[in-house]
Amino acid sequence: MLGPRKISNSESAARPKRGVPEGLWIRCPQCKATIFRKEMENRFNVCPECDYHFYMPAVARIRQLLDSDSFEEWFTNLRPRDPLNFKDRILYADRLKAEQAKTNMLDAAIVGKGFIRGRPVVVGITDFAFMAGSMGSVVGEKLTRAAEEATRLRLPLIFVSGSGGGARMQEGILSLMQMAKISAAIGRHDQAGCLYISILTNPTMGGVAASFALQGDITLAEPGALIGFAGKRTIWNTVRLELPEGFQTSEFLLRHGFIDRIVHRKDLRTEVARIVDYCGH
Amino acid sequence: MPPQSRLPFEKDIAEMEDLLARLENGADPSLGVSEEVRRIRRELMNLLRKKYSDLSAWETVQVARHRDRPQTLDYVELIFEDFVELHGDRAIGDDRALRTGFARLADFRVMLIGHQKGHSLKENNECLYGCAHPEGYRKALNKMRLAAKFHLPVICLIDTPGAYPGIGAEERGQAQLIATNLLEMSRLPTPIICVVIGEGGSGGALGIGVGDRIAMLEHAYYSVISPEGCAGILWKTATEETKPLAAAALKLTARDLFQLRVIDDIIREPLGGAHREPREMANTLKAYLLRYLRELRNIPIPELLEQRYRKYRRIGVFEELTAPQPVAASSAAQA
Repeated sequence: MLGPRKISNSESAARPKRGVPEGLWIRCPQCKATIFRKEMENRFNVCPECDYHFYMPAVARIRQLLDSDSFEEWFTNLRPRDPLNFKDRILYADRLKAEQAKTNMLDAAIVGKGFIRGRPVVVGITDFAFMAGSMGSVVGEKLTRAAEEATRLRLPLIFVSGSGGGARMQEGILSLMQMAKISAAIGRHDQAGCLYISILTNPTMGGVAASFALQGDITLAEPGALIGFAGKRTIWNTVRLELPEGFQTSEFLLRHGFIDRIVHRKDLRTEVARIVDYCGH
Repeated sequence: MPPQSRLPFEKDIAEMEDLLARLENGADPSLGVSEEVRRIRRELMNLLRKKYSDLSAWETVQVARHRDRPQTLDYVELIFEDFVELHGDRAIGDDRALRTGFARLADFRVMLIGHQKGHSLKENNECLYGCAHPEGYRKALNKMRLAAKFHLPVICLIDTPGAYPGIGAEERGQAQLIATNLLEMSRLPTPIICVVIGEGGSGGALGIGVGDRIAMLEHAYYSVISPEGCAGILWKTATEETKPLAAAALKLTARDLFQLRVIDDIIREPLGGAHREPREMANTLKAYLLRYLRELRNIPIPELLEQRYRKYRRIGVFEELTAPQPVAASSAAQA
């Protein structure tokens, strides 16, 4: 592990917001209202009219979720490789370079230690902006190390998932096996009697949903997030049936019994702190 | 006997098999095997050896999906004895795409877990081509826990295009049940041997695929996504041109996985694939399973679990830089 690195909560540290259209005004994809961008940002990227939760970059999330200046980033030195020499219409190696330049990250996960209302926690976040938050070897390794550190330090583990496709195709079977690797590490964290809170954000699909995202002692989800195993197109191609209203949303999962609570982004800090207190850490 | 359904790349082989069958049927058995028949048999063997020693990734996928390829219940018939099928997940139903039960393999009592796709259309419909629902994964875990309770080793035979993508499957927690299986199998206190016997389709395969020894039959495949799915996303459309490209790019053959150090062993198939000689295939599989059942039996459980953890812990390819990288989340970190 490398030395502590800080992610500051001050505004001067803000990176360009991704996934949010440029300009003073933006249009909410849910209620179609034209909203003042600054106001949306002041509400943690949530629409002031309808509470639609916009995408939030991992760094901004750390700033929002953790106590000011409390985050110490770990394992910043892991860089993805191209073990399959994968080439579709473009080379994976080139795709990685483009994603790194676009996001200013080496891969899709940030992990480290911080405090939530004074409670120490280990945090891992996948960022949808980097290859749709998909899990390859680096994401798998960083989350696994984070879980192992949390076990060693006997700290609660908080993973915030956002992943469109789940396991990353371009690293083939190695990506699929990250699901097993991280599951085993979470199993040990569990065995040690430590708390794991999984927070699901839009979207959490495929191999990420089918591994660490749904292995929490407590599973929370932001409102309106898309959460599921198979993609809608795959399902439609198989069953050729109209998908029900609200299919694979947080509310759908709550109704079917797969998550504990739907929590508005502004309340996440408080909710996590409450749960940590109940679980005796 | 030649297989009933021919693969598209087997045209030469099929012609020769037909010719041989005609000659053998027409021949007078009292005259013995003619020189002609013997010559054609030799040529056929050479042809099969040549073709099957160098299948492309896409051809491998087609062999792995062959309708006559032996499936879990065929192996039950051929090498396991006294199979006691155990139905039901104790919650929703009994998934026919995943079969579970007690079985005997030589001197060993084991818990057998395996996908079943079915050979006929009727069976396919019953088994949904080996695509299990959450019920199947819940049932599998229930029976594995039962096995652990009575110190029986678990054998998982993997053969699925993937977990079932459907409305009911999502409503009943497909992702949740697979996630639970991965976690619990990583620490199940009894030996687990997993063999991909046909298709290793992504999370649906891994859902019964965490264990102490992972092997693949020579012409099986194991992939993070189907070649069709990958082609559809990365090449925008799945066609006869793009599917082979995706299959090759994904590195999904047994040889690929062995080189990537994801599987422990490749189990040799009979000449021309398992579907040509199911009995021979079954015996090879039996020998493999017995070898590891004997080996794993002697490892104390804590050590077994530690080895299992290490086995997955080391999987992954990445670069570990010696100094923190300015490219990382550093614009925020340095502020």
